[in-house]
Amino acid sequence: MTTVATTPAVPAGRPAGRKSKPAGGGIGRYLLIRFLLIFPTIFILVSMVFWLMRATGDPITAALGGRLGPEQLAERIHAAGYDRPILVQYVEYLGQIFTGNFGTTISTNRPVSEVLLAYGVATAELAFYGLLVAFIVGIPLGMVAAYFRDKGQDALLRVFAILCYATPVFFSGLLFKLVFAVWLNVLPVAGRATTGSELEMQLLTNPTGLYTIDAIQVAFQAGNTDVLIDVLQHAVLPSLALGLLTAGVFLRLVRTNVIGTLGTDYVDAARSRGVSEFRLVSKHAYRPALIPIITVIGLQIALLLGGAVLTETTFEWKGLGFVLIEFIKARDYVAVQGIVALLAVIVALSNFIVDIIAAIIDPRVRY
Amino acid sequence: MTSTSDLTVPRKPGLFSRLPVIHQLRQSVGLQRGMLVAGLVITGVFILTAIFAPLLAPYGFSQLRDESGRFGSQQPPSGEHLFGTTVGGYDVLSRVLWGAQTAIFVIVVAVVLSIFAGVVLGLVSGYFGGWLDRVLVVVSDAVYAFPSLLLAIVMSIVISGGRSDLIGGVLAAAISITVVFIPQYFRVIRAETVRIKAEAYVESARVLGASNSRIMFRHVLRNATRTLPLIFTLNASEAILTLAGLGFVGFGIEPTAAAEWGYDLNKALSDVTSGIWWTSLFPGLAIVLVVLGITLVGESLNDLADPRLRGRRRVAQASGLVAETSVVPGGTLVAGPGGLDGLESNATHPDTGLETRP
Repeated sequence: MTTVATTPAVPAGRPAGRKSKPAGGGIGRYLLIRFLLIFPTIFILVSMVFWLMRATGDPITAALGGRLGPEQLAERIHAAGYDRPILVQYVEYLGQIFTGNFGTTISTNRPVSEVLLAYGVATAELAFYGLLVAFIVGIPLGMVAAYFRDKGQDALLRVFAILCYATPVFFSGLLFKLVFAVWLNVLPVAGRATTGSELEMQLLTNPTGLYTIDAIQVAFQAGNTDVLIDVLQHAVLPSLALGLLTAGVFLRLVRTNVIGTLGTDYVDAARSRGVSEFRLVSKHAYRPALIPIITVIGLQIALLLGGAVLTETTFEWKGLGFVLIEFIKARDYVAVQGIVALLAVIVALSNFIVDIIAAIIDPRVRY
Repeated sequence: MTSTSDLTVPRKPGLFSRLPVIHQLRQSVGLQRGMLVAGLVITGVFILTAIFAPLLAPYGFSQLRDESGRFGSQQPPSGEHLFGTTVGGYDVLSRVLWGAQTAIFVIVVAVVLSIFAGVVLGLVSGYFGGWLDRVLVVVSDAVYAFPSLLLAIVMSIVISGGRSDLIGGVLAAAISITVVFIPQYFRVIRAETVRIKAEAYVESARVLGASNSRIMFRHVLRNATRTLPLIFTLNASEAILTLAGLGFVGFGIEPTAAAEWGYDLNKALSDVTSGIWWTSLFPGLAIVLVVLGITLVGESLNDLADPRLRGRRRVAQASGLVAETSVVPGGTLVAGPGGLDGLESNATHPDTGLETRP
């Protein structure tokens, strides 16, 4: 390594880091490379989780250690194949993941994939509402902050953004619960819906598990909008708690980018034509500032999933995060491993999708 | 380092004014100075609280009774218990104050460990390049993209099986957080190393026959560390949030071993439903305040280091010194709490610094 290549800090780790072609080297090639990169990411995360969890011993002993006699335990371990060489188990596990088989939970004896499906929809719903709140709060406020740059309003909004980040979801959740559910008594304390509504939704011929959609179905079929209102009321506080966490990030992002675009030539040109300052922010500078947000959403999905674990625990929202904690408490490490592996797949996939969208919108994003 | 407005050689500023934070404090104006000062004050109070917790706290963190008997559980704030008592019968005020000590301990251990590991890995990876570099970068990208709290939970299962005594619990929390942070230091140091190793003085050193390790640790490392204080402040706030998150989902430190805010909030979860506010409000506020303070410092330092974000008036002054020290173009929250992706993504997104933390 004596001749030092003067490579700038290219986005390494992406094999296209060689930059053999100038930017815009064909979107097809970029798509392919980006797609192939999903696999090492998933592979690394899944392997990491496997080895880390196995470092604690076999799952059967962890789950049933105190409750079964040594012979019974050994029998169960043998039946599940945990007494084989760990490498064999590892390869087998990778093969299973590849075919979508995440194992069977020890505590409830259900296939992990079934658990994932049943609870994943709840998390998806929560994450969707959270993102919605983040958009509605973050983007306009970011534009306002950019418009009032370096003035009092800007300072206030920036402190607000930091506060959004500094407040743990569970603390804001607790405060919301205290104020809106207990003191003002206008919103439900916890859960995804009241038992009555849940029963009504289960009567549907094909419930999706996404309560909003199910409740709309009920509203159409039975003309009963109470269920929909109930479901939406339950969603308000958790979505706010989760959404505000991300809203601060969006606010900052929009502010910085709008300020950046406000300094460009075409904005100067528009200004010289007499376009009002407000219109400059809301029309000219704002659109290009949105592109980076798309890129950020991909990374926000990981943040949202992490936040969802805490939000779900706070609001007893029966999603993946909620059951994850339940399984951890039950020391059911097969289930934990399955859920974490699935989340790894989701994160990798969503990053891929977001990168693709960003590449389609912004031609500069090619390697 | 010199002012560009005149050609006279300026006097070298005194040592005091060249100290990291002091320098920025003098450089800042108006609003930015306000934010920096506010952040420094809050952080200072936090550190002092942590140091003097034994003197400040009216009771011990695991104290359940005094001469006049048991404290009782869920007592509202009163003269004896300014912040009331928890469901377990602990004094809330004392636990909030003692919690500062636990928090700082975890921050220090976590950040020191991750700087160590991250710096060494980043140096080796950036300096030697090759397949090792590729592998490390792919691994760190994968880890970085993963929800940090989940990773910390998995680590904490591995290390302590979930619960532990003071040293074990604090170490488990710290190591769990470390694993989350290593990729960040790794990325920053690696990017710097790749840049620096192309400099002429590194070539010169090599021509003179300096060994690889000497070049790495003497020539490259010393020049690659200037961004570390900034990442340190960013990570410190994230460390507190991760610790609290771990505590909240039940991987906290036992109440008899140490006071931890996240654990207290977890126990306060059911209190809220019955309208008991003091058990959750105070530990929660403690977290928010500390994270706010540290983030304000980090934000201000980053903004001051970025000429595009610094206050408009003094942009010309001293920009040469700091222009390149901005870790996160566009502001730290933009690049994400804990996310320093902006660094490596410059190639793709010229001046936005837009990627955020998982």
